[in-house]
Amino acid sequence: MSALLDLQHLAVTFDAPRNTRVVDDVSFTVAAGETLCLVGESGSGKSVTAFSILRLLQPPGQIVNGRILFEGQDLLTLSERNMRAVRGARISLIFQEPMTALNPVMRVGDQVAEALTAHNMASRGEARHRAVELLEAVRIPDPTRRVRDYPHQLSGGMRQRVMIAIALACRPPLVIADEPTTALDVTIQAQMLDLIRRLQAEFGLALLLITHDFGVVAEMADRVAVMKAGRIVETGPVREILRTPSHEYTRQLLAAVPGRRSAANRAR
Amino acid sequence: MALLEVRGLTKHFVRKHGLLRPPSIVKAVDDVSFSIDEGEMFGLVGESGSGKSTTGRCVLRLIEPTAGEVYFRNENVLSFSKARMRLARRDMQVVFQDPYSSLNPRMRVGAIVEEPLVIHGMGHRDQRQARVAELFDLVGLEPDHVRRYPHEFSGGQRQRIGIARALALNPALIIADEAVSALDVSIQAQIVALLLDLRTRLKLTFLFIAHDLRLVENICSRVAVMYLGRIVEMGETRALFAQPTHPYTRALLSAIPVLDPDAPRQRIALDPSSFRRDAPLQAVGDNHWAAI
Repeated sequence: MSALLDLQHLAVTFDAPRNTRVVDDVSFTVAAGETLCLVGESGSGKSVTAFSILRLLQPPGQIVNGRILFEGQDLLTLSERNMRAVRGARISLIFQEPMTALNPVMRVGDQVAEALTAHNMASRGEARHRAVELLEAVRIPDPTRRVRDYPHQLSGGMRQRVMIAIALACRPPLVIADEPTTALDVTIQAQMLDLIRRLQAEFGLALLLITHDFGVVAEMADRVAVMKAGRIVETGPVREILRTPSHEYTRQLLAAVPGRRSAANRAR
Repeated sequence: MALLEVRGLTKHFVRKHGLLRPPSIVKAVDDVSFSIDEGEMFGLVGESGSGKSTTGRCVLRLIEPTAGEVYFRNENVLSFSKARMRLARRDMQVVFQDPYSSLNPRMRVGAIVEEPLVIHGMGHRDQRQARVAELFDLVGLEPDHVRRYPHEFSGGQRQRIGIARALALNPALIIADEAVSALDVSIQAQIVALLLDLRTRLKLTFLFIAHDLRLVENICSRVAVMYLGRIVEMGETRALFAQPTHPYTRALLSAIPVLDPDAPRQRIALDPSSFRRDAPLQAVGDNHWAAI
């Protein structure tokens, strides 16, 4: 079976003449329905990789090499017009910060509906009806009333649910989630991870999850790719990476995670 | 012996809703009591809005508490005059979460670390600069870094600058308010190692405020869990993590992602009706209390 997303030798620079590669020779695949976690520290290039896939890099950022095959088609060869039909409809993005990603002066129901009308997936009336269903799907209580709320009236966790509803509106086969729970409290994060996992099964989504948290990786990933300084240093099934990491950097990262030590060690 | 003892600390904020509606009261910190022994690293954990940072700030009187007592070396700092409080702050310093916004971008970092010495009129110029050099060495910064500006440093190095500034006056107590939360995990590990090392070398006492339970479990000897302005559970770290008793602590611990993909995930949902919000702390084990 061919992969849903097949990234080949991606390279990105931000300083054209000197060509420092912020993302350098990055290749990975995501199969339909699977979760790939892209892990790394700040500046490792994981978010730049995500933005490159959606061709959302802002200049001076520039893709200088590679192919991004999605459903067998190289996204880098598409016209901007055709690319717009992919964004949101075939591949959608969940951002880290729901407050800045949502439009503060637009009712959340309208923002969810807009995702559908923008792609001509529904008439305005249908879209409004679907928005309620989607808010219900992401377990927002009392969705018929909530569609009329503005983002500031919702808590951080509820806003992130709205973001997820927008991302799922067109039922895309692939969702890219860039640190979707980093800004949230741990109890809210747990709810969100459970929700994403359930929706993934319900909607048959493939997930490219970008995170720096190995706890999140352990909960969510089928496979893991570890990034450092623009390169993928190790990739493999989640159990292998967490239990028998082969690259020194992966071992260092795992050792730095505050985990459960023996009781003797802990008593200081 | 207790270096810091907090009794019945309370901070209420009044929220005004305009002319026609009566103001409401937010009990940000509500009857909080704990004590920290000399040389101890005491963890105060909770989620956003639990009141943990407000507690830290009230101890330093950066925010004036509504009620309660804060004994530092057996003296109630809440009864101190402004001048006396200023003196007391030499002994109680704070390290903030965000190393980007807590350093003045227009000051050279040497001057940032020297500033507390200037404010408190300690030594003359040469002595102060010698002290700055000593502090840079202590926190692992290069001597020639003093002339640089904050933007030239990474997040981890900036946090070292913030720590050097907090140590300038030789304090006894450091309030570390989410001091490593904004850092990448490998940098976080380095800064935590630095804090533990400084604690031993300088005989420091820490109030370590954090939301990361895994971290607190690793470095603190005792811990208090805050929820909606109150301490709901407190005790020796080992006992509390082995036998969480309050429903909120249980829910919180069960929400932490574990590193093992095959670990059974049994999330415990918090049922607010399963406990009384105003229940007093009572002993549930050796050096272990819960508000049930």
